[in-house]
Amino acid sequence: MEKGLKKRLFTNKLTTCLIVVLSALTAVPLFAILGQVFYKGIDQFSWSFFTETTPSVYRVMKAVEAGSPIPGGIANGIVGTVIMLFMSMVVAIPAGILGGAFLAENRKTTMAKVISYLTDLLQGTPSVIIGIVVYLWVVVPTKTYSAVAGSVALCIMMLPLIIRSTEETLKILPASLKESGLALGASRATVMFKIQLPAAFGGIFTGVLLAVSRVIGETAPLLFTALGCSLMRYTIDQPISAVPLLIWEFFNDPFLQEFIWGASLFLLFFVLTLNVLSKQIAKKWKVQS
Amino acid sequence: MRDKLFHIILLVVSMFVPLVCGGIIYSLVTDAYMAFEHFGLVNFLTSTDWSYTPGNEQYGALPFITGTLLTTLLALLFCIPFSMPVSLFVGEYFKGTKLAATLSTVVDLLAGIPSIIYGIWGFFTLRPIIMALNISPQGSSILTASLVLAIMIVPYASSLSAEFIKMVPNDLKESAYSLGATHAEVVRKVVFPVAGSGIFSSYILAIGRALGETMTVTMLIGNTNHMPHSIVSTGNSMASVIANQFGEADGLRLSALIAIGLVLFVITALVNGVGKLLIKRARID
Repeated sequence: MEKGLKKRLFTNKLTTCLIVVLSALTAVPLFAILGQVFYKGIDQFSWSFFTETTPSVYRVMKAVEAGSPIPGGIANGIVGTVIMLFMSMVVAIPAGILGGAFLAENRKTTMAKVISYLTDLLQGTPSVIIGIVVYLWVVVPTKTYSAVAGSVALCIMMLPLIIRSTEETLKILPASLKESGLALGASRATVMFKIQLPAAFGGIFTGVLLAVSRVIGETAPLLFTALGCSLMRYTIDQPISAVPLLIWEFFNDPFLQEFIWGASLFLLFFVLTLNVLSKQIAKKWKVQS
Repeated sequence: MRDKLFHIILLVVSMFVPLVCGGIIYSLVTDAYMAFEHFGLVNFLTSTDWSYTPGNEQYGALPFITGTLLTTLLALLFCIPFSMPVSLFVGEYFKGTKLAATLSTVVDLLAGIPSIIYGIWGFFTLRPIIMALNISPQGSSILTASLVLAIMIVPYASSLSAEFIKMVPNDLKESAYSLGATHAEVVRKVVFPVAGSGIFSSYILAIGRALGETMTVTMLIGNTNHMPHSIVSTGNSMASVIANQFGEADGLRLSALIAIGLVLFVITALVNGVGKLLIKRARID
């Protein structure tokens, strides 16, 4: 009896210890990744790294011969990411918000159920498949890789995320808010645009930030749509680069491997800042409602 | 009148999603058709040849289907010993404390790291370790890819399971405590049976994530087109073969790659569909 109890108490202690230790170990990769990227990347941060374009192999070899640091930077990628993100947001944000409003308005209809199911399907679709499909839709007919194709791919990836977050936020708004608007004689459209959407702003904004942070680091859907380009481009009908695409290029090019870390640190900084920011906003907004 | 217009506008914009989904399926099927017709559906799925010698092109998807299933299952296996303690830490042992909030923030941040950065970390940090341990000569292998994949899916598995663990009613747990059960026994005999189906479904959704992961696997799996003979050999997953070869492919090879994309799409859709269904059931209980 005494022995059995001791064994049970020991197992209990052991379980608790194991849970704490293994949980703590799970946090290790995050700090290992952050630490390594920061440590190796911070050296690369300089004015020219953000204002110059990817160097040619010839320029790199000359610099290596002369013993000077590798010239050039990731400006072409930054510009490409900004252009493509902007174009995809212009479509995905309004479409996502209206789509989410539709799902929240018509909760019980078959149509809404089908769309809701398909939103899940789209959200779960591997990004490389979105890349293939946009290649077939945009790159093949226009016969060129382009910023437009890249934005279409990013837009398709953002859309389900924004729809979901808008729908969820509208759902948790108190029903009395909508009812009092309707009781005052306002139309459904007025109630949606003047009352419900403004009240849901915090949640929707969080959703948009999360969606952006999700697609900003996507490489696979851009591989066969935007392709990448070592020149600075502001046109949307030609191949264009993006920061994650540059990381992939640096990874495959032994001469430019040094640049991986600077570009990764830059990307990681943006992604994680957006991520943390959106969670802070979500927290703040929740307290107020 | 205005209400009707409003409804129609919402409906039209919402049709975007069904159109895109329909378009994805339509495009994949029509462009994969050539490969299916040339090799036969069953033969394409079960053949292990992948060679693009002009005149004698042979494309079979089995090595890549195997690669995807192997990496995913191994990743799941490596992920459970870490994600399970995290979900118990957050959802049961330190429920509601600052410590739990910190841990779940840290684990959530793991989900935010882009997959290309996981790939780079795996390539420059984990791969040398695998080489030093003499597990695989080049360091790139199915095992290497699975280890990094496991880290990537921990947040997906643990945060959802923690939700289900949190929902276990207190009176159930308290009645077990009042009978003299220890904390570990309550977890094993009460929490797991009650939250079990929810936990199971969160792991299904985590599998859905791992199946389509592209960049990380491409950078770590070694990219060879033969059938993997062990977990330390190199290989290719469905997503990684597409990422590697799509840009240079045309004709029959392009069609074969799109066919692999279609197979991947169907598998992911099935896994995610089952996961979502199970979650709905678990919520109702």
